[in-house]
Amino acid sequence: MLAYLIRRLAYGVLTVQGVLLLLFVLFFLYATPTEMARRAVGEKAPPEVLEQWIVNHGYDRPRVWNPANPSDTLLADHFRRMLSFDFGRSDADDSPIVERLRQGVVPSLSVTLPLFVGGLAIGIALSLFVAYFRETYIDRAGVVLCVLGMSVSILLYIIGGQFLLGKLLRWFPISGFDPQPALVSRFLAIPWIIGLLSGLGGEVRFYRTVFVEETSRDYVRTARAKGCGDGRIMWRHVLRNAMIPILTHVVVAIPFLFTGSLLLESFFGIPGLGSITVDAIHGNDFSTLRVMVYIGALLFVLAQIVTDVSYTLVDPRVRLE
Amino acid sequence: MSEPVLSVRDLRTTFPLGGEPVPVVDGVGFEVASGEVLALVGESGCGKSVTALSILRLVPRPGRVAAGHLRLCGRDVLSLPVREMRRVRGADAAMIFQEPMTSLNPVVSVGAQVVEAIRLHERVSASQARRRTIELFESVRIPDPAERVDSYPHQLSGGLKQRVMIAMALALRPRLLVADEPTTALDVTIQAQILELLRELQRELGTAILLITHDLGVVNELADRIAVMYAGRIVEEGTREEILARARHPYTQGLLRAVPSLGRRGERLAEIPGVVPSPIEWSRGCPFRTRCPRVLPACAETMPAPTRLSTTHASRCHAVAAEVST
Amino acid sequence: MVEPHVASNLVVAVLVAGALFVARAVRKSDLWRGSLRELARRRPLALGVVAIYVLVALLDSVAWTGGGAVGAQGDQLALHEPRSVVDRLFPGDFGERSYSVPLASAEFYGGAALRHPGRHWLGTDILGRDILHLTLKGARIALLIGGFTSLIVIPLALLFGVSAGYFGGRVDDAVFFLISVLASIPGLLLLIVLVMVMGRGAVQVCIALGVTSWVGFCRVARGETLKLRELDYVQAARALGVSELRIILRHVVPNLLHLVVITFVLLFSGLVLSEAILAWLGIGIDGSWGQMIDQARDELSRDPIIWWNLAAASAALFGLILAVNFVGDAVRDVLDPRTLREDR
Repeated sequence: MLAYLIRRLAYGVLTVQGVLLLLFVLFFLYATPTEMARRAVGEKAPPEVLEQWIVNHGYDRPRVWNPANPSDTLLADHFRRMLSFDFGRSDADDSPIVERLRQGVVPSLSVTLPLFVGGLAIGIALSLFVAYFRETYIDRAGVVLCVLGMSVSILLYIIGGQFLLGKLLRWFPISGFDPQPALVSRFLAIPWIIGLLSGLGGEVRFYRTVFVEETSRDYVRTARAKGCGDGRIMWRHVLRNAMIPILTHVVVAIPFLFTGSLLLESFFGIPGLGSITVDAIHGNDFSTLRVMVYIGALLFVLAQIVTDVSYTLVDPRVRLE
Repeated sequence: MSEPVLSVRDLRTTFPLGGEPVPVVDGVGFEVASGEVLALVGESGCGKSVTALSILRLVPRPGRVAAGHLRLCGRDVLSLPVREMRRVRGADAAMIFQEPMTSLNPVVSVGAQVVEAIRLHERVSASQARRRTIELFESVRIPDPAERVDSYPHQLSGGLKQRVMIAMALALRPRLLVADEPTTALDVTIQAQILELLRELQRELGTAILLITHDLGVVNELADRIAVMYAGRIVEEGTREEILARARHPYTQGLLRAVPSLGRRGERLAEIPGVVPSPIEWSRGCPFRTRCPRVLPACAETMPAPTRLSTTHASRCHAVAAEVST
Repeated sequence: MVEPHVASNLVVAVLVAGALFVARAVRKSDLWRGSLRELARRRPLALGVVAIYVLVALLDSVAWTGGGAVGAQGDQLALHEPRSVVDRLFPGDFGERSYSVPLASAEFYGGAALRHPGRHWLGTDILGRDILHLTLKGARIALLIGGFTSLIVIPLALLFGVSAGYFGGRVDDAVFFLISVLASIPGLLLLIVLVMVMGRGAVQVCIALGVTSWVGFCRVARGETLKLRELDYVQAARALGVSELRIILRHVVPNLLHLVVITFVLLFSGLVLSEAILAWLGIGIDGSWGQMIDQARDELSRDPIIWWNLAAASAALFGLILAVNFVGDAVRDVLDPRTLREDR
């Protein structure tokens, strides 16, 4: 078990190195520092201004190989800094990136965490309901509703939700954010509702498929032959087996808790990590973008490892390796 | 003569195929007396498994079960409310299945699954149920029963898993055990062990068994009486000796001929030409007529009525009926 | 360099030829013909809707210059502007000055008379462009996104997945590592980064979409290839000394085709929706419905509301995605090997 964990961690570290390498290739080899300078300063800027920008941001070193000092290259620098979480400054406004990250975490979590938990609970409950009635009209209607829900772009949910709930019905403020616990839910109500509804179609569909598959397995037939009622079967037998694919699906979503929902945050004026990313896009802020991708990947790799380990808790077939 | 444990008449189970309900079991009737073993024999696709599932109302949606009557331990099964039916399942009649690999819940210990079966029907404490489970494991000859109770299905061999299934099925001493191909998925040597176990338990507990199988060797070991199914209908029925030694229906005869025997080494294997028709192709008249060596014009018109050959032996065949009347 | 519209015409010609070729191949194969018939039986409406979109997209892809159009001042318009079939459905100088409500005869703000009163079925946008015209042109972009990107994704995923599954060992390790690295970057972030780095053209966006979408199918292809490799007739072919390439092309890939079709259809809607999100963030493809939606969102906060721009683009987007999703489900059911195998 310990050996397995160590192997998984090692592979995770290797994967992260791969991500960093990919980032380097994209940001420094494909898009050169000159290119970045041009985007930041302006297309028509004279070469000296571009040079100055490059020097200011520390991009004036050899990119991959420096015969004089092999560790003084952009490549080595990139790896060194990312791995030590020394993120430097934003290309756009020179602010320290770590500071902005720290400020953005709480707002992002306040949007995504309730959304995650609520979406999970409601999604599973609804799909259990639909799966219980499989092959009947409830099930068929449910699936059609899910496809309808999935076919609407999240953009339309956002626009529609904001318009309906904010402007028309005036139940909640249209946008903005206030971190005080008493007020925060007022501002987040619309993003929560929209986030929930837009994802519900796909989620329920996925869980339903899992439940229906499990319900048609032989051991369920055995349980019924013993005299188990449908409710008990769902709860004691199907759910425990369905946990395995559901777990994969759920843990994979965990990184998004932190990176925040780009769309929801930018549209509703919530100053979280997603907003930071969107600002970075509009401001051609490559250094911040690099950091966001890195963090996202890091969290994902961690989540993967957690999933693999948690399998051993849920599935006895994996446990006794 | 006490009432039979199971009495089935005109059982008809349909599945919707292409919009129409198609019968997979088409007018099946038989009886199982208390303590006897009836083997239901036929090739794949003849509807014998669905018959077994129909008895306990386990036919999956969207299939539907209907019958003239279906009486289990004296009660009319088809009219029972679901809650009552659940009480019948496991306690009055139990079922074991063909695939021990997938028939047990993989994330629950085998002991817990047997305990569940017990506690669904009787009010006993968890520890009492566990003790009974260990005793049951002993009676089905699972080695180290006290330790095996906590094992998970994937840790057991196919034969052991099937023993667990048998233990679970017999835990509440049902009057009828429906066994759907219990040995088909097992190795030949294990098959013999399981069959012997079933025979002993049957004698000890006096349980009646409805044995579903396509294997005539298994039938030879266990059955008191045999019913032969083809295309959703029973085409011949009789005692073990009557069927195995004096079968009259062309299909039964074909089946028996097709069994390879050591005495006929060097001869070509006999086979019944053609294939079993799918349920959509069944129509009026005898379903075997397309493959029958004794086919008559009447066979395309009507399904033959049973011809009585003795108090226990009947066959549904126009050719046999013609023979008997002459 | 070839003019863009000439290239586009060539592409359409190639596509039509390709479609005819595929149709012939399907006609000859019982399995595929039966599947197609079953598909048409289950979802005729959705298939029809998709066909309409495809038709509009094709019509908008065939363009040529010339064919005099009369301008507002009665003069001949510049003849070197290539105009597609869809373009030619509308009069030459159809634009107004600014907004107008569908079927209106006057401008929205100010009430000045329109040049073509009552002829703008879906109204005009802020630049006075006819909304129906723009919406129809968006079909081409949407199908470009779905189709062209899939053309990148599927061969790429097949190449890597089949190699990994078939050759195993180091090749498998390398591909698996590549997949792990790409898969661990949140999709939207990677997409954004790629577009930021590569630039905003249509081709770059499609490439970016492709890179972020090929991993899923690659895994599937790899898994299937692993299974196929163990099949008896493949083992037999190898024992006979048939070259690996031939085995792959003749035995492995044809058995993956049903998965290719399923993946293509299911991927399609995801790709189009992703582009809409990119458009929202300002880095989409010009002329797409997503961009129309993005431009329209400010208009909702005006008073009185301007809704027809948004409604048209949303309806067009929703219609295509919904139809493709329904077709996709039916395709998956029809081509699912479990359904193909079942004979009860």
